Amino acid sequence: MDDPLVLDANAVAGDLAELFGFEVTSATHRCGHCGNVAAVGTLLAWTQGPGVTLRCSACREVVIRYVRTATHTYLDVSGASYIAAGH
Amino acid sequence: MPEPLAWQIGKVTAIRAETPGVNSFTLELPSWRAHRAGQHYDVRLTAADGYQAQRSYSIASPPSRAGEVDLTIERIADGEVSPYFHDVIEVGDRVELRGPIGGYFAWEPPLGGPLLLVAGGSGVVPLMAILRERASAEARPPAALLYSSRTFDDVIYREELDALAAADAGLRVIHTLTRAQPPDWTGHARRIDRAMLAEAIAAAGAEPLAYICGPTLLVEAAANGLVELGVPPARVRTERFGPTS
Amino acid sequence: MTEGFVSRGFVGRSRDPGERAGRVPPGQYLTEGFPVLSAGPTPQIPLDTWAFTIEGLVRTPVTWSWQEFTALPSRDWTVDISCVTKWTKLDTAWHGVSLDDLLAAVEVDPRARFVTAHSFGGYTTNLPLTDLLNNQAFVAWEYDGRPLEPAHGGPARLVVPHLYLWKSAKWVRGLRLREEDEPGFWESLGYHNRGDPWREERYSGD
Repeated sequence: MDDPLVLDANAVAGDLAELFGFEVTSATHRCGHCGNVAAVGTLLAWTQGPGVTLRCSACREVVIRYVRTATHTYLDVSGASYIAAGH
Repeated sequence: MPEPLAWQIGKVTAIRAETPGVNSFTLELPSWRAHRAGQHYDVRLTAADGYQAQRSYSIASPPSRAGEVDLTIERIADGEVSPYFHDVIEVGDRVELRGPIGGYFAWEPPLGGPLLLVAGGSGVVPLMAILRERASAEARPPAALLYSSRTFDDVIYREELDALAAADAGLRVIHTLTRAQPPDWTGHARRIDRAMLAEAIAAAGAEPLAYICGPTLLVEAAANGLVELGVPPARVRTERFGPTS
Repeated sequence: MTEGFVSRGFVGRSRDPGERAGRVPPGQYLTEGFPVLSAGPTPQIPLDTWAFTIEGLVRTPVTWSWQEFTALPSRDWTVDISCVTKWTKLDTAWHGVSLDDLLAAVEVDPRARFVTAHSFGGYTTNLPLTDLLNNQAFVAWEYDGRPLEPAHGGPARLVVPHLYLWKSAKWVRGLRLREEDEPGFWESLGYHNRGDPWREERYSGD
């Protein structure tokens, strides 16, 4: 990839746990763009920006993004066709 | 997970120099919760005017030490948080943290092995937590650590790694020093490459569970290299540090 | 919980604008560097496939190749830029073509009130058309006297210095003129639709 800005999703695992209410990087997701099924932890994270963008490691399309404003957190998971957490 | 994560205030109870530029900080936590090897805490600093800076630091200590965690932190020259730890923090100071965090880049004995750990610089911290966890497990899978450092003096946990490897035939530690080597050095003296990764796979065993941690470019090169050498991508877990920390 | 906690002796990066305070919008701090921010991988676009298109509510959509685009009348621009992540950089030097000159080539339909900028890599941002007119905006292919680096949006990026920098779409590939506003990548996730730093229009509802 050769992109010095990219991190792994576990870099924002704390934020994600706060948003989802559970430890989500070990949960499975299906990419809504290419169908890749993998742990949320395999998503690639761009954290330097107005918000955080998590992209599929297979096709690089956006799977999850979120923005923290002064008062709210906006979460967009429309790029995932599912997130599956075991219980 | 029992409750959502919350920020808590920890107290620094000890500071230990590991190598020039790398210190371990012991933090006593009012709401400590047992972590898994490989997990991290988020640390948040707040200035008087409300400005905040936040970073993640891997937990070095094993979960058997209840009530506290060790964070091993390298001082990054133009960083914002690590210089504060090295230059300002004293025993008794308070630090705001949140954790333990990270379910994916974590290992515990039921996940099995063999284990192939690849570290660049302070990327060794979560991998050391894994090796410490492995050492106290009943069933220890074969393991190999491939560890890249700049110089001999930069090798974090060097003596402990020597001792672990000496006492355990199933653990192989492969060092490479990329910038300068002592006169009697017999280890590798170049950046991690395919030959070294192949050596590590041979030492660990077939189809290892791989954990790679360090600067982004090293992590990507190692992950690609392992996959090219036949390790299934689903068995390669990465933690990139990014350009600065 | 941890409300009101302050880290003893923590100051963080220098945030005092000193004597240039008047040029720094509220809530911003000055930076000497040029931070790189992104929502995705840096596109690598060969110049022989690069093209810039203006379409939508125009009489004739126009597409320029790299040769054609960089041959347009262009000039130097020195402007202050502010990112919503709170850094401001003064006196940044660019070279490129004004939006006035670009829009003159397409004959804008009088129904057009909004613009969506599209980038290689999929990024989008939206603005009122009026914010692009009267020398307020340009498309730049040089920064600081050198070809614009990919990390900062090269081969070419939109620059709209009077709005927060997320409106200055990196890797811009074209504009679509519309009658209705359509929130772009960040505007659809909590950021302000217009983004005026002097009114601190960071988030929707500000």
